[in-house]
Amino acid sequence: MTTLMQVYVFVLAGFVGFLVIARVPPLLHTPLMSATNAISGISLVGSIVAAGAGRGVVSTVLGTVAVTAATINVVGGFIITKRMLAMFKRSDRRPSEAPKA
Amino acid sequence: MRELFVQASYLVASVFFMLGLKSLSRAETASRGVNLAAIGMLIAILGTLVQQVIIDYRWIALGLTIGTVIGVPLGTRVPMTAMPQRIAIALTFGASAATLVGIAEFHDHSDTLALGQRVAVAFEVMLGSLTVAGSFIAFGKLQEILPGRPLTYRGQNAVNFLLLGVMVAVLVAVVIGIGGMPLFYGLIGLSLVAGVSLVLPIGGADMPVVVALLNSYSGLASAATGFAISNNVLIVSGALDGTSGFLLSMLMSKAMNRSFANVLFGAFGSEGGTAAVAAGGSDLVATPISAEDAAVQLAYARNVVVVPGYGMAVAQAQHQVRELAELIEKRGGEVRYAIHPVAGRMPGHMNVLLAEANIPYDKLYDMDEINGDLSRADVALIIGANDVVNPAARTDPTSPIYGMPILNVDEAKSVIVLKRGMSVGFAGIDNMLFYLPRTRMLFGDAKASLVKLVTEIKAL
Repeated sequence: MTTLMQVYVFVLAGFVGFLVIARVPPLLHTPLMSATNAISGISLVGSIVAAGAGRGVVSTVLGTVAVTAATINVVGGFIITKRMLAMFKRSDRRPSEAPKA
Repeated sequence: MRELFVQASYLVASVFFMLGLKSLSRAETASRGVNLAAIGMLIAILGTLVQQVIIDYRWIALGLTIGTVIGVPLGTRVPMTAMPQRIAIALTFGASAATLVGIAEFHDHSDTLALGQRVAVAFEVMLGSLTVAGSFIAFGKLQEILPGRPLTYRGQNAVNFLLLGVMVAVLVAVVIGIGGMPLFYGLIGLSLVAGVSLVLPIGGADMPVVVALLNSYSGLASAATGFAISNNVLIVSGALDGTSGFLLSMLMSKAMNRSFANVLFGAFGSEGGTAAVAAGGSDLVATPISAEDAAVQLAYARNVVVVPGYGMAVAQAQHQVRELAELIEKRGGEVRYAIHPVAGRMPGHMNVLLAEANIPYDKLYDMDEINGDLSRADVALIIGANDVVNPAARTDPTSPIYGMPILNVDEAKSVIVLKRGMSVGFAGIDNMLFYLPRTRMLFGDAKASLVKLVTEIKAL
């Protein structure tokens, strides 16, 4: 029964995702990829449980490596997305202002 | 009570992720939206940390610390020119996290997992391993550790189909509980081999589709993790990630007028193309132009459209492009940029490079926005683009790129092509644009040519 609910969640989220992401302009396709990469670091929540629930050596080791990998994506992904977006600027409204030499 | 807090944190995170992605529909709101997504992530992590099942924080702390130490320089130091390989390696990290969680889950609970969970774990490690290996090969190609051209051999498609067939058979066996741990590891091994084998034959210019597709797989692997460990925030973000990658790869292959199957199994430009060159390129002569003459033409143009391609990225000439554009603008001309969806090595590659060079984004035009207007351009300046401006896509039904939407620069009043030499583009076919009476070729490295143009215009 819970599996069925999960399928509901999956399908609806996919549907919302489709509607939202279809509206992202090509201009921002690279930031979109890098943002979804950062968000995919959410596998951290699964990794944390594997690493910290005291389920034995295998789980702890694999979980710790997974926490590391997911943290890299979260931290690096959000920083680089912000950095990239900061570069997207509009031109000055007043064209009389000469661009800097 | 605590469980309620955990679930609430996941709900908030899911909503914030969606709002974050929604804000990416406009450049003005994008940055704030990403902040929101980051806050959502933090809430989800905090929610996870307070869960009752967590009894030992030492290893978690270790992982978080190492991850941060590696992640910060990957975020702050990597130059924008390295974005394609940066995304590819991030997909490797993301997919390996999902895979490792799947292995731990199966190792600890393989006897007690319900059928639904077994299906989820099996898909998780299969898609995860496939993505780990595939993105790593893509990274190698983009970083030029591996050759960018398609690596092909006879019977490759047969081998790949066989490999995929065996992989699916093993997946079914794992799900119904045959073979235990050894077969489970066999599934991982097979998926890793399949990932390598599927990406090796794909050439550089097809990378946008592949990277987007791997992004989609990595999302689906995350979602499968969510099914396996009954975690809704994983299911939601996996679904978002999966659709995003799928949508992008669909847009990319549409922009090349090719199907997924053709991109994945076609090994474009390996054999058929060379024959076309030999047939077409013999008696036609392209007209070269000196930097002085090209500079005069650009300096007095009222309406210039710049078409950047992968050649500009390789030469890292985006800053020189901006310098040239500023000079033309100072003299009263208008400069716009026409960007083909598959120019470069990842979706949106050219936009990021031009934005890095401080070119305002309202001057960047998508193919559909500018194509009807290209006949008004006094000069179309092609910088390291080839196949995306090849009129054969419109006119020559025998061409391998026939039907691919292109930028109609051949309609511009004049065309200047910055190019190293007369080599063919990625598709391996000759470009009739170069032989038009109003086309001039400025040979040389894109950056060096642009520097010369800037000097000449300043001297006018």
